[in-house]
Amino acid sequence: MVKKIGSRIYLSIIFLFLYLPILVLIVLSFNNSKTRVKWGGFTLKWYASLLENETIIEAFVMTLQITLTASILATIIGTLAAIGIHAMKSKGKAIMLGATNIPLLNADIVTGISMMLLFVRFTELGFSTVLIAHLTFDIPYVILNVLPKLNQTSKYAYEAALDLGATPLYAFYKIVWPDIRPGVFSGFLMAVTMSLDDFSITYFTKGAGVNTLSTMIYTELRKGIKPEMYALSTILFGIALILLLVMNYRSSKKAIN
Amino acid sequence: MFKLKKQFLAGPYIVWIIGFILLPIVLILFYGLSDYHGNFTFDNLLSIFDPIHMKSLLFSLRLALICTVICLILAYPLAMILNSMHLKHQSFVVFVFVLPMWMNFMLRILAWKLLLSNNGVINNILASLGLPAIQLLNTPSAVVFGMVYDYLPFMILPIYNAMSRIGHDIIDAARDLGANQVQVFFKITMPLTISGVLSGIIMVFVPALTSFVISNLLGGGKVLLIGNVIEQEFMQTMDWNLGSGLSIVLMIFVIASMAFMNTHNKDGEGTAVW
Amino acid sequence: MKKHILCIAALLLGCLTFTGCSDSSVEEENTLTILNYGKYFDPDALQIFEEETGITIKYEEYESPEEMYTKYKAGSIDYDLLCTSDYMIHKLIEEGEVLEMNYDNIPEYKNIDPDIIDSSASFDAEHKYTLPYFYGTVGILYDTNVVPESEVQTWDVLWDEKYTGNIVMPNSVRDCLLVPLKRLNYSINETNEKHLRKALDLLFEQKPLVYAYFVDETADEMIAGNAALAVVYSGEAAYAQDEGENLGYTVPEEGSNLWIDSWFIPKTCKNQEKAELFLNFLCREDIAAMNFDYVYYATPHTAVYNSLDEESKNNTTIFPTQETIDNCEVYVSLDREETALYNKLWKELKSY
Repeated sequence: MVKKIGSRIYLSIIFLFLYLPILVLIVLSFNNSKTRVKWGGFTLKWYASLLENETIIEAFVMTLQITLTASILATIIGTLAAIGIHAMKSKGKAIMLGATNIPLLNADIVTGISMMLLFVRFTELGFSTVLIAHLTFDIPYVILNVLPKLNQTSKYAYEAALDLGATPLYAFYKIVWPDIRPGVFSGFLMAVTMSLDDFSITYFTKGAGVNTLSTMIYTELRKGIKPEMYALSTILFGIALILLLVMNYRSSKKAIN
Repeated sequence: MFKLKKQFLAGPYIVWIIGFILLPIVLILFYGLSDYHGNFTFDNLLSIFDPIHMKSLLFSLRLALICTVICLILAYPLAMILNSMHLKHQSFVVFVFVLPMWMNFMLRILAWKLLLSNNGVINNILASLGLPAIQLLNTPSAVVFGMVYDYLPFMILPIYNAMSRIGHDIIDAARDLGANQVQVFFKITMPLTISGVLSGIIMVFVPALTSFVISNLLGGGKVLLIGNVIEQEFMQTMDWNLGSGLSIVLMIFVIASMAFMNTHNKDGEGTAVW
Repeated sequence: MKKHILCIAALLLGCLTFTGCSDSSVEEENTLTILNYGKYFDPDALQIFEEETGITIKYEEYESPEEMYTKYKAGSIDYDLLCTSDYMIHKLIEEGEVLEMNYDNIPEYKNIDPDIIDSSASFDAEHKYTLPYFYGTVGILYDTNVVPESEVQTWDVLWDEKYTGNIVMPNSVRDCLLVPLKRLNYSINETNEKHLRKALDLLFEQKPLVYAYFVDETADEMIAGNAALAVVYSGEAAYAQDEGENLGYTVPEEGSNLWIDSWFIPKTCKNQEKAELFLNFLCREDIAAMNFDYVYYATPHTAVYNSLDEESKNNTTIFPTQETIDNCEVYVSLDREETALYNKLWKELKSY
């Protein structure tokens, strides 16, 4: 019993640690006072000025564009690559996996800088350089999520289907795809998470006027704290909460089925 | 004939590897091993022994180590408690710890700034209790705080994953054979979760060692980590050769710590967040 | 279901890449890439320019002149127009990076105070390259409830242990070194390593007292009451005084730095006429007034100055008195070795 209470307390402390800062941001976003610690009444004006702030809106749209484009492309390239790697002999496989691990193992700052050196040599920094950089660190996550699923699939079922006259594409769709689908999906989600949260690599590879939320907030924070940032935090937290609730609900429904 | 075709699917990725993974590494090596005029030199690598750089490297190592240890101490009991709760939906746990990660990490740091600043939330609470104010923000401790906050989920999830894979029948069997709780912990739980712990350590230690943003925002320009030195060489003083040289050193450090961990980590799973 | 998801994904992808491409090709023709200090241009004014001319502006900000130099020199982004401080402009002019301005395309240039144009001679001797934007001083912003006015007449107050943890210093190499150099009665353009070392020792001594090294955050931190003393640019101080009560600003009697920030057109400019169109736009009275309200530094724009009320004109935080100006020095650009020395000292100070 004592142990149970003890563990409950421990859990609450960690939860508090994780969520207290977020709670502070949410409370402050409704605070009708520019000073940070005094409560000046309830207001929604920071939300209104947030929606009028073009810098923030543009960064938000840019973040979505980059994240979605990079994750979708990474999922396609990565899944294809995983299938290719899976079919390789052990030596080729080892080389490919080694290279795949580089962006995962390397520190963000080193990856960012090395990509910047590349881009500066051959092109101008802009939207596409950020996209390429994001793809580079997204693809490995997709590959590492798809490969284990491919290892579980039976090669014979696929070959049997071919022998029975199925086209490779049809056989793939009917036999391999259902097995690797969860891997592809979780790889995609990993890519989205990584792209959304990335700062360092975007920071080094972005061009003028290209800002994701991370880099925009960084520039803004270094100019002082605006209450609009609290409102933005609350909205982003709300979006994340809803998205994860939906996903959680769907997966638990699936589990029951 | 057909086998060959399937391997071709990796074609775009191979091009990608060469163009965007290997070539940048070659470039960083090229810059790091040459001076301003393009002549070959080891000076940039050796400049890590310059007292300033050495100091910030050792300081980064210290902070990263403290951060990793705190994360481990916080995360391990937590994972055990969560595991003992026999949750029906494992995804709930993942959910709770992933949720803060989905909010932009810059904003999470902003929250700490508000809590820790001189006239911030914590100091106001202290003042209302009649306690003297303390300077929390813009100190190395604030940076460690921020790091722990940002990286804690990376420690919890792999350990929890490893723990939840331990079959209850194993523990029951040990119990039946007369092992007490302590023995069960040391003989079963700990050895079977070591891989999770190791991947957790890597996932916390490496970003903590190389971070420059957290120290910029919570250190008030007073905490110079090796990441900050590199960033400054690239973004302010424009000594790309030196910056690349230091990056190579950092890369070596990261690879070395990985290799060290990997030799101790046999089954290499447990990194999956999802 | 699966098919639907795939279709949607493909569609989305198509849209995204398509908009991405079309954007960039149009942008090449009709954009201006501008690099400026943080908080140094009213975003609404930028929008007005875009609406009036149909030119898209890619706007980037930086914190210190050194950062700007790197961003520009990296060559990774072709800037059309830059704004920075005196000594950095001088350095770039000497390196041949600056294009001559065609003032005929900037009729509104007539609004600029000739005195300030004359003062620019230290970095633009023949007035060929630059257009003054704002000018000001570096001084101490202090909380009048905590620090008595008599103490801030000298830089010494920044070494007073009473204020431990309550001092904000500039996070920019030259502005930070300026304080101990002036305290030691050296020039702010000191290049003698021995003298600089002495100044650095003072900064080392001061470091335990310092709350943070900030640039653009300073005003906000002072308003929030997180520090009692801060070394800031005059405009930052004026803005802080407007927002928060109990804040005072002085330029200590040992002297300080007088700076002039100006616009110039770099060699990488792709369309000089458009850049000059923008410069003309910002010299227009309504826009200059907007920017003055937003930025709050001393404006060299005579029409804007004349339209101000007496209170603002007499605000010595914004418009320094002649006495203060005479007591201040202007930065001179450093050569490669001197810059390296400054950077080295800076890194030494920062490493714990």
